[in-house]
Amino acid sequence: MGATASRRLELVGITKAYPGCIANDGVEMTVKPGEIHALVGENGAGKSTLMKIIYGVVKPDAGQLIWNDRETLIEGPAHARRLGMGMVFQHFSLFQTLTVTENIALYLPRQEYGSLRRLRDRILSVGEAYGLDINPDRHVHTLSVGEQQRVEIVRCLLQEIQLLILDEPTAVLTPGEVTHLVKVLKQLAREGCSILFISHKLEEVRTLCDRATILRGGRVTGNCIPAETTSEQLSRMMLGDDLHIEKSMGVGAPGDDRLSLEGVSVSPGGAFAIALHNIDLTLRAGEITGIAGVAGNGQDELVDLINGELPPDAGKLLLDSRDMTAEGVLARRRAGLATVHADRLGRGSIGAMSLTENRLLTAYVTDSDAHGFLHWRPLTERTRELIQHYQVKASGPDDTAASLSGGNLQKFIIGREIAQAPKVLVCFYPTWGVDVGSANRIHVELARLRDEGTAILILTEDLDELYLLCDRVGAICGGQLSPLKPGNEVSMETLGQWMAGTFGASQTQGGQHAH
Amino acid sequence: MRIEARPTPSHTMRYLSPLLALGLTLTTGAAIFAALGKAPLASLHAFFIEPISTVYGLSELFVKVTPLLLCATGLTLCFRAKVWNIGAEGQFVFGALIAGAVSLQLADYQGFWVLPVVIASGVLAGMAWAGIAAILLTRFRAHEILTTIMLNYIAIQLLLWSVHGPLKSPSGYNFPESELFSPQTLLPTLWGQYRVTIAILIALLMLAVVWTVLNRTLLGYQTRVMGENRQAARFAGFNGNRLIWILLLFSGGMAGMAGVSEVNGPVGQLTTNLALGYGYTAIIIVFMGRMHPLGVLLASLLLGLTYLGGENAQMTLGLPKSITGVFQGLLLFFLLACDFLISHRIVLAPIRSQPPNLSNTPVREVTRS
Repeated sequence: MGATASRRLELVGITKAYPGCIANDGVEMTVKPGEIHALVGENGAGKSTLMKIIYGVVKPDAGQLIWNDRETLIEGPAHARRLGMGMVFQHFSLFQTLTVTENIALYLPRQEYGSLRRLRDRILSVGEAYGLDINPDRHVHTLSVGEQQRVEIVRCLLQEIQLLILDEPTAVLTPGEVTHLVKVLKQLAREGCSILFISHKLEEVRTLCDRATILRGGRVTGNCIPAETTSEQLSRMMLGDDLHIEKSMGVGAPGDDRLSLEGVSVSPGGAFAIALHNIDLTLRAGEITGIAGVAGNGQDELVDLINGELPPDAGKLLLDSRDMTAEGVLARRRAGLATVHADRLGRGSIGAMSLTENRLLTAYVTDSDAHGFLHWRPLTERTRELIQHYQVKASGPDDTAASLSGGNLQKFIIGREIAQAPKVLVCFYPTWGVDVGSANRIHVELARLRDEGTAILILTEDLDELYLLCDRVGAICGGQLSPLKPGNEVSMETLGQWMAGTFGASQTQGGQHAH
Repeated sequence: MRIEARPTPSHTMRYLSPLLALGLTLTTGAAIFAALGKAPLASLHAFFIEPISTVYGLSELFVKVTPLLLCATGLTLCFRAKVWNIGAEGQFVFGALIAGAVSLQLADYQGFWVLPVVIASGVLAGMAWAGIAAILLTRFRAHEILTTIMLNYIAIQLLLWSVHGPLKSPSGYNFPESELFSPQTLLPTLWGQYRVTIAILIALLMLAVVWTVLNRTLLGYQTRVMGENRQAARFAGFNGNRLIWILLLFSGGMAGMAGVSEVNGPVGQLTTNLALGYGYTAIIIVFMGRMHPLGVLLASLLLGLTYLGGENAQMTLGLPKSITGVFQGLLLFFLLACDFLISHRIVLAPIRSQPPNLSNTPVREVTRS
């Protein structure tokens, strides 16, 4: 596959500045033919920008790109594809209402695929060659996230591919699917295709990748052979020396039932929404319960249900033994429920408003006087304390939420909820898109809150986080909840099966992709 | 030269845009006057300066500003929550109609209670008219832009029917007009021979109330959150329907009061041409004033002047009165165009070169579905 060059891709002094930040600062990197090369770094380290520069989506301010030993100016994604690059974005670029074949046809020039029937045959044969089993006639919205990723990969493989770029490909996969993906990538590399693998999961990088380039703050801070480097060394290159990571979170001491869902069902609210089937879930004081699952399997609905935005069709919800099935968000908040939503900017905060006003978004329950007046001076003071206590990097309470980085905003939001001393805290993706240092800080705070007797529910895709924090773990798939068992009794393999929908005798295989 | 997205909306442009729009409106207005064969500068003078060069002229400006400011004050709160009440015109007309009908009923009654009853009836009528839109929105999710516009036409037809029928003056030679209201039903004027009534004080007072609500109360905070991000408001547990009801009833009541200020003020009777577009002009005022109470006050002075200027242009320049609409239209047009510069900027550079720090081209996730 492809020409024989000593360097498939070389970057020299790539620099790209946005107003207020330098995303890439003199980045140098070399990818050899047939090499699986990891690009490792924290969120905000400049990985995405670099990848977009390589693929021609963004033009660098300075620097050279050398493709197969020749300096090349990539004019755009179409040009990059003609050169033999393929890219799988983290958010797939597929049309939900079209079939697999139609989606792929839209991506390729007409003369290249001839007719839809011939294209369909090629998809099948490529799928067979690489063990990427997909049915070309299915509509994309009926596919699981893992299957959609396979469509994206097959789409890249249909052309003469020399470099495949994958942006955090494993973030959306179950452990079983990850193993399969690794196999496919290794086969591709053996055939001479270079792979640029973007990740911040160090274990994955160590088992899969031949070499790694580490980015921090837009600069290359190291090159290494991951298999010969320890995770500690890698994370030091990623994070710098001064970072202290707390590794043990202790265990909970379960007390009274705080929140119980009894046989709750919800019918889907829209074409792509998930129905919840007969959910039984009990959260106990002083305990962290964790639910794993691939995104889009009912997590959104479960969070909305508990928060009080989505009324159930059947079943009961008890808060502190009080039936609150029919109560809305405000009543549940007054009863001691707090929720941290995954959609930080969409729901958890208002980008254009100040941090003081953002704190008030949920603190309003207690922070206005009896006549509905607001007194800004004490409110600002409390916000200042919150910013200090949770080490939020902001110049003050007047900063807008949009001006904070993802990790800082998340610290702020979680701090806001914790400060209300909730009896039950629901955290949907508590550390999604948050750098390791901030994530650790959030984990420590959650453990402390648990020790103070709060019942905590965590929904996450990050299994390391799940095992680190949770006393009991389970998984959600297709709107059904697996059994919840103590973390040390559930192996990674079992959890992976649960995430794929195989749990309990009553569960059939068909539940796997119940869209 | 090219246009590109700003990384963050410009704060300066937010306040500069109305001034820029005013400048462009004046320039274009001058060009229009020239095209009509009038001396541009003298015409602008006749339109914008002459009407307010006397004390009487100034007092007349406040006569125009009164209904505009009352309507705009209500809409300011509504629009901050992105509840698009386009129906101030209909709420104005219905408020005027009911207040007029009550005034005619009370023609022979004396007493301090008469005027408050007239005012209350107009305010309540405006609220009721907005309440219809509120029911349709909260119960049936019928969009308020459509329902309020349609209700405007219904209200105007009701007014026409009333003055052609049941409320027509028996002594009016069959003209479609009601009898003149009795003096005790009219709003007192502020001083001397001028026509400005106490309604302007009510408008200013309510503007201060709106400022306080927006900045100092939980209700105002919830209104602003709802306008910025409805999902966040829902997530936080704000009662969206309750807010919609409060906002629509408030703006309806204010428009109803505007109707009272007009019929029980300078007009003094019900006629077929009460609907001069104050309710629509108030929308321009709120946008021009950046939905801020102080800005709304300034913008209502400017837009009030376009009414006076139109009348003066008719008299001194011999131009049709619709020149008022031309200026208002130009103003809104340029304002919307200039508002584009809040989120975008014009860069004077060839497309090929890439100076650092200015190269944030709006290429974002182009390959997303």
